[in-house]
Amino acid sequence: MKSLEKNFQELLKYPSAVVGLILVLVLVAISIYAMVTIPYNEAIILWRGGEDQWYRNPKYALPKWVNYFRKDKLPESIALSTIDHPEYKTVETNEDGSAIITIEIPFEYNYEILPVDLMIRFTSNFQEKAPFISVSWIRPDGEKIRIKNLSISPKQDYRVSQDKDLQKKLGGNKIEVGLFTDYKNDPKTIEKGKYTLKIEGATFEKDSDFDAEFIAYGKVAGLGGTDHLRRDLIVALLWGAPIALAFGLLAAVGTTLTQMIIAAFGTWFGGWVDILIQRITEINLVLPFLPILIMIGTFYSRSIWVILTAVIILNIFGTGIKTFRAVFMQTKETPYIEAARAYGASNTRIIFSYMVPRILPMLIPQFIILIPSYVFLEASLAVLGLGDPTLPTWGKVIDEARANGALFQGWYYWVIEPSILLMLTGLAFAMLGFSLDRIFNPRLREM
Amino acid sequence: MAQANPSIPLGGGVEEVKKKSKIDSNNTLVRVAKYTGLRIITLGITVIIGIYLTILIANMGGYVDEIRRAQIREDVGARVAGNPTMRNLPAEVKRQKIAEMVAIEEKRYGMDQPFITRSARYLGNAIQLNLGYALKMNSNSGSKLVRNILLERLPPTLLLFATADIILFFISLFFALALSRQYGSFFDKVLITLTPLSSAPGWFYGIFLILIFASMLKVLPFGGMVDAPPPKTPFLYFLSLMKHMILPVLSLAISQIFIQVFSWRTFFLIYSSEDYVDMAKAKGLTSRDIERRYILRPTLPTIITSFALLIIGIWTGGPILETIFNWPGLGRTFYQAIGQFDTPVIIGEAVIFSYLLAVTVFLLDIIYAIVDPRVKIGGESSSI
Repeated sequence: MKSLEKNFQELLKYPSAVVGLILVLVLVAISIYAMVTIPYNEAIILWRGGEDQWYRNPKYALPKWVNYFRKDKLPESIALSTIDHPEYKTVETNEDGSAIITIEIPFEYNYEILPVDLMIRFTSNFQEKAPFISVSWIRPDGEKIRIKNLSISPKQDYRVSQDKDLQKKLGGNKIEVGLFTDYKNDPKTIEKGKYTLKIEGATFEKDSDFDAEFIAYGKVAGLGGTDHLRRDLIVALLWGAPIALAFGLLAAVGTTLTQMIIAAFGTWFGGWVDILIQRITEINLVLPFLPILIMIGTFYSRSIWVILTAVIILNIFGTGIKTFRAVFMQTKETPYIEAARAYGASNTRIIFSYMVPRILPMLIPQFIILIPSYVFLEASLAVLGLGDPTLPTWGKVIDEARANGALFQGWYYWVIEPSILLMLTGLAFAMLGFSLDRIFNPRLREM
Repeated sequence: MAQANPSIPLGGGVEEVKKKSKIDSNNTLVRVAKYTGLRIITLGITVIIGIYLTILIANMGGYVDEIRRAQIREDVGARVAGNPTMRNLPAEVKRQKIAEMVAIEEKRYGMDQPFITRSARYLGNAIQLNLGYALKMNSNSGSKLVRNILLERLPPTLLLFATADIILFFISLFFALALSRQYGSFFDKVLITLTPLSSAPGWFYGIFLILIFASMLKVLPFGGMVDAPPPKTPFLYFLSLMKHMILPVLSLAISQIFIQVFSWRTFFLIYSSEDYVDMAKAKGLTSRDIERRYILRPTLPTIITSFALLIIGIWTGGPILETIFNWPGLGRTFYQAIGQFDTPVIIGEAVIFSYLLAVTVFLLDIIYAIVDPRVKIGGESSSI
């Protein structure tokens, strides 16, 4: 215990170790935060739940915090629904059960930049005769623009920005330009202030009703931005941390422990056991590691647990055995092992109680240095399209970004955010591991 | 990737090299030849085991057989449906006919034999890369033979990775020597600080490099091997090739160079504290001579060993790097095969990567035998 404390004290003398340690702690904190605030099931729904989960987000939107670094603020999305705000809606019921429903959705628009897209989502219930509505737009100066008259189905998305008739009416301008600017003059400046979307409708049956949701898609959304499916990337960015840490940690523990035990047995028993282990290690080295993983991923299962098991099995006879063997060879000859042998200690006792503890100081840095390579391995598989289909991981975000041309289109946030998190994870463990290596293995410390 | 283990090379080496033995230079050729022969045999066995494992995995539980069976059934069904005389047969007769045809087809593919014999046949075929026809993919020349597809994509892969490996070797050697001379200097400290960068694989830096040089600065291409359409004259073709190789090679270099320089520098430092180096200094030899004869020479075997591990690591990451850079080599073909679930191509890729690894190890072994006079035939000191 005391030596542990001493080692820790020494660790604090290395700046890179301190930075690494802090980063690791931050990553652990992010993981815990992710698991507490977005429980697993919720995360899966948020990530794979389908359009209904995401339709309020714009596509390819930058994260919100970019506005802190910009002079001209990018607009956020506006989503206002009569379900959330019943006060927008007034209903006048007639005696025969039909009704006149007036919806007025007011909103402030004070950005210098236009929204990307406008949409109204109608939901209605009726037996036979659909409600008939007319949509109009009232500008801050009071000018009213008729947008469209239509009869609506139970669930209908009216994409205002794609309405060709409206575009003609607005002098051929883009819809957003026509609605938000003084488009008849040049230069077209955005009119700031209070806009109102007015929907007047008639229902023709008893208990028939409709609701409307107005969405003006902005250019920023969420803390992580959004992807091609309008998903908020923050879910994957947060949840990527526990997944990456768990995978890296488990794979590193699994491989180093098995390698060490095998090396211990090999050196202790020597002879053909040792030779056999050496030969298997050599064969294992030439086995195509990634192609075999790829085959397992394509032919059997992409589940992260299957891949993890395969990684550990393929690395049981990894190159680490050679390193451990070299140390065990020296340990085997030490007097205390001879003493143990003299009093008749069993083989397993010597291996597990005397030889293995001796190598632990070497094992710990080894294993911490290994973690990043497994974290990146998981990401690599995801980039090849072999990531776990259910889990949101950093590698999959990078893969989707790449596949959707984020680098060509300039959606850099989409690639950079997961990459930086991956990089930080890699750096954190590598820095910590290299420093530990220098503390525990004094031969290196002199260097 | 996961196998690249930074501190491996520190294991042996120091003690081994001390006992230098003098061997006639005439003897070298015989020694290397014998050694080479033996290595070819061991590596051959290794490759066969590797390929057999590949087949076992690809066919565990007869999974690939299942795919093949389903495919045969589908083909036969389609053939029957497309044949007007058969299409009009009564349902019962037609079903029987289909079953018969499926049986014949399955026999043709040897599917009626037990797995052991089947796998032996698969092994024989796989060793010759005789993996039949691809399900969907085809080579640029239009062939659907898996072997043609793979062999056609081999040269670009070899070109890219051999260039990167050679550049990496000499640059690392140069910097490692330079830094071992000024141990503890500012640059040395910078290097130690940068070493953790090597925890990320090449493709990862590739994304950043594409982002900076292709997408933002627009000075280098996003990917591919040559401009489209390819330049007419060989010289321009070569230039275009060079231009397309900068980013992939650079990303491999960034991911590997720091750890490599660090560990080699450490070797050099260990070796330069040997008594015989002090002796050489006392004799008044120039530092250049000391470096060449007393430091570089005895460390070369260890350095080659660690370099072999590095190259194996690079091969492992190859498919992703090629995919990121759209490099028309084996790796990108692998990626495409996964996407299209083209089983024969996937298995072929695994086989050809076993070969590539074995050949790499073999080549480095020969170099090892040449530079290390202590190599005993079949002895323990085989490098990897």
